[in-house]
Amino acid sequence: MIYFFEQFVNGIQLGFVYALIALGYTMVYGIIRLINFAHGDVFMVGAYLGFFGFARWHLPYPVAILVSMVACAALGVTIERVAYRPLRYAPRIAALISAIGVSFFLEYFCSLKFVFTPNYQVVPRALPLKNYSLGGVNIPNVTIIIVVVVLAMLALLQYIIYHTRIGKAMRAVSFDHDAARLMGINVDRTISITFAIGSALAAAGGVLYITAYPQVFPFMGILPGLKAFTAAVLGGIGIVPGAVLGALIMGQVDVMSAAYISSQLRDAIAFSILILVLLVRPTGLLGKRGPEKV
Amino acid sequence: MNATAPKRGLPPWLERYLILLVALGLYLVLRWLYAVGAVSAYWQRVLDQGLIMALGSLGLSLIYGFTGQFSIGHAGFYAIGAYVAGYLGRTYGHGNPGWFLLSLLAGALATAVVAFLIGLPILRLRSDYLGIATMGFGIIVKVLLDNADRVIPVLGGARGMLGTPQIANLTWIFWSLIIVLFLFRNLVCSAFGRACLAIREDEIAADAMGVNTTFYKTVAFVLGCAAVGLAGGLYAHRYPLLHPSSFDFLKSFDFLLIVVVGGLGSLSGTLAAAVGWVFLLEGLRSILGQAFLDFRGVVYALLLIVVVILRPQGLFSGRELGILVPRSLQSGWLRSGVGQAKPGGERAGGSA
Amino acid sequence: MSMKGKLAVLVVLAMLVAVLSGCAQKPAAEQKPEQKPAEENVVRIGFIWPLTGDVKTFGESSKNGSLLALEEANYKAGKWTIKYEIQDDRNDATEAVNVATKLISDFKANVIVGGLTSKCAIPISELCEQNKVVMMSNTATNPKVTFDPERGGRKTYVFRACFIDDWQGEVGAKFALQNLKAKTAAVLYDQGNDYVKGLATFFKQAFEAGGGKIVAFEAYTEKDTDFSAVLTKIKKENPDVLYLPDYYNKVSLIAKQARDKGIKAVFMGGDGWDSSELDFAACEGGYFTNHYSPEDPRPEVQEWVKKYQAKYGSVPDALATLAYEGTRLVLKAIEIADSNDSTKIRDALQNMKGVPGVSTPSFSFDDHGNPVKPLAILQIKDGKQKFIAIVQR
Repeated sequence: MIYFFEQFVNGIQLGFVYALIALGYTMVYGIIRLINFAHGDVFMVGAYLGFFGFARWHLPYPVAILVSMVACAALGVTIERVAYRPLRYAPRIAALISAIGVSFFLEYFCSLKFVFTPNYQVVPRALPLKNYSLGGVNIPNVTIIIVVVVLAMLALLQYIIYHTRIGKAMRAVSFDHDAARLMGINVDRTISITFAIGSALAAAGGVLYITAYPQVFPFMGILPGLKAFTAAVLGGIGIVPGAVLGALIMGQVDVMSAAYISSQLRDAIAFSILILVLLVRPTGLLGKRGPEKV
Repeated sequence: MNATAPKRGLPPWLERYLILLVALGLYLVLRWLYAVGAVSAYWQRVLDQGLIMALGSLGLSLIYGFTGQFSIGHAGFYAIGAYVAGYLGRTYGHGNPGWFLLSLLAGALATAVVAFLIGLPILRLRSDYLGIATMGFGIIVKVLLDNADRVIPVLGGARGMLGTPQIANLTWIFWSLIIVLFLFRNLVCSAFGRACLAIREDEIAADAMGVNTTFYKTVAFVLGCAAVGLAGGLYAHRYPLLHPSSFDFLKSFDFLLIVVVGGLGSLSGTLAAAVGWVFLLEGLRSILGQAFLDFRGVVYALLLIVVVILRPQGLFSGRELGILVPRSLQSGWLRSGVGQAKPGGERAGGSA
Repeated sequence: MSMKGKLAVLVVLAMLVAVLSGCAQKPAAEQKPEQKPAEENVVRIGFIWPLTGDVKTFGESSKNGSLLALEEANYKAGKWTIKYEIQDDRNDATEAVNVATKLISDFKANVIVGGLTSKCAIPISELCEQNKVVMMSNTATNPKVTFDPERGGRKTYVFRACFIDDWQGEVGAKFALQNLKAKTAAVLYDQGNDYVKGLATFFKQAFEAGGGKIVAFEAYTEKDTDFSAVLTKIKKENPDVLYLPDYYNKVSLIAKQARDKGIKAVFMGGDGWDSSELDFAACEGGYFTNHYSPEDPRPEVQEWVKKYQAKYGSVPDALATLAYEGTRLVLKAIEIADSNDSTKIRDALQNMKGVPGVSTPSFSFDDHGNPVKPLAILQIKDGKQKFIAIVQR
């Protein structure tokens, strides 16, 4: 039983990290219907910046996270301006291809010797390790920190989306660009802000990720990006709570299938579950099945 | 008004087969070049790879470019065709051309069957969700292949499968491509093709007009996957080692890129983009030189972004080469510009 | 024909022109051995390393090692001048075949050094054997690179500088059983990497054959970074030894997470641990098998470490060392054969005896093209590698 709960805690940690990345995917999709494949690589850049922050420049840990978030927000906005905005009124698939291009670019560029180098670098411990025990179940402090930080960010996000004007603008733009524009909302700026927030969340996710899994390398974003994206779809893409729910489920599935079924078939099981869920609920768990107007 | 019609007035029956004659001419030119030694073994291989990718991409073109089904698990079907044909060729074929043909057909058939079984439940899903589901399927195939040696040791699992007789050459690959191209061209220029385009443009409207969307979507999916299964079989007989990592989701992106950059709804575009893509990647090696070898990925990525921004509707954007789709086959859709990017078309903004 | 149609035809024609110009005046047939143009005393070596992509760092190390070997020899072997070309396979089996074909048919390589991973080395070895080009792989451990029992056996032109997994895994298991007195062991391996999987499998077989019990034999995939699920599973079994036969980057991650979870087992591994980028703190007390010990006083070893450090600013890892060793052996073989004929070079390599290398005072190859050399057992102690023992084959 203890074994089960320890695995459950593992799944929570993984799930919350995925959640932070999934939020960025879902917000961007919600507002411009784009699957931003470059998101996993913004996560990677965020991780590197956090690593440099607390390991090389000796910034305190929270400051390192903030620096990384700000820098990646800028990166996200730049990417949107350069690679997605020119394609805003082109067929959607073109922006997707552009996103794939940006993803490759970030990966290959950062693996150049004068940038981040292709090496796998060990990240020194950011926070001293402490294990807590709850009813015999071992819970490391890293897990608790991740849960707390993610919940705080979620609360902040909820506040922004539902209790500020910019949040209202984001909701309006995700509903209908033209109507929002007619209402006097600056659509371009709103989209940029969405990207900034999403990228900042990915950066935070990156720093938390390397706190738990202490290694950076330029291609580290591919798999977390893929899993987070799957999580976002599982929960209903475009829906913020859906991303979190999907991520938590993905975290548990990942861990439990390794723990109880087979560690080799873990990915196959995760995606089979995804497909089954989609067959039953075609727009994701929390997705709305709205009527389609012809 | 209309796109300019070709000037020469060939009789319609000749126009239909013109593509085969042109292909024959091209083939003979290539064979002659090979015979006089103008093309090194390396560039022969690059061309073969280009043609194999073209065949695979034609499949995705039918599925996505023409029928609008967003499938990003194409590499999974590529893998099935490769492993089935490769296994048969290795275990029973021993280089016999008759067996080779049988293995290829078996590979394509196996892929078609799997596509049918997967397609029936999945094709109900809407665009982005269909993409995820197909991507998930592609990943499942790769994971299963990685572990396949626990069931059938010869398949090699993560060690790869060695031993398929390497008997695919220009003749086999070229003519497989041309035959499938011809078949697809005829399919696309018929009522079947019109139904597919209708589904792509607006599935609900097509349904309302009495088009059996399930039937056309499934058939297009099965045929498209069979094409890439055939391509996989050829790949297995041209490259000595089959390894699951060659069939991961990044490979599916390669097919997707080719179809989109070539232009949705254009067989000629897909062909040109596929061959061009392979030559570009290999050509960058020579262009960049030894000192900048590690810039190849960066340059490729930048080119991709630039090309798609400059020409978001794709190189051919729904049009076809006159040789491939002559006037007599064009019917209304090509000339009316259906399928090309229009302002206010399917975009993120919704419709106010 | 419309403008676009004309444009398309032009594009296709341009590509054909590219095909022609890229390969003008070169003999085509891949099937017969290449005739080399008459060049005075030149031997051509092609290098194939993954210089882009996710194992770029291993490719760079290997490139550094092999280039240092060339530089040290002043780009000459005896009276023969070395011309070389480096190509990138991106750790992709298809690209490996393409660049191998390029080096063989366009560059006319007599020798190819490279094929870092087995999935690239195997197809390259097929091409090299077919075209009678000598091949030296530095780190591909799959036995099929040099020997395929189902299809004719030994590929006589193919050699490797590293040992294959069966012996390394066995030595690890014996050390665990006899020296560490371990009764139980857990193994964690990458299911997609046949080097890691091979070592893991052979360790397991030897450990069980020696009376030990494998309490967990768990897999992960190449891109995984979270091992909490399998480590929790392993912790439950409380093994004496945890065998982690992967490369240093994965081992660093796993070891740290294992210690954090409270796993007390002694860590063990293979030559993939050999790197200054290993997380020494996490692996403290662990043992691994390797090709050589940097504490070996022989001049070859000391010189090697010093030279590499002087040129590249870091201590060489196993990949660089093996690439260096392999390249040196090739150069020596060229000198002995006194020829650029690949068959003669092949013979010189196969019959090589008494040549001092970094990993052994006297290098030779067995009849499967694998090196006969001893293995060193090292321990990670106080943040560095410490020599424990040498095991002879």
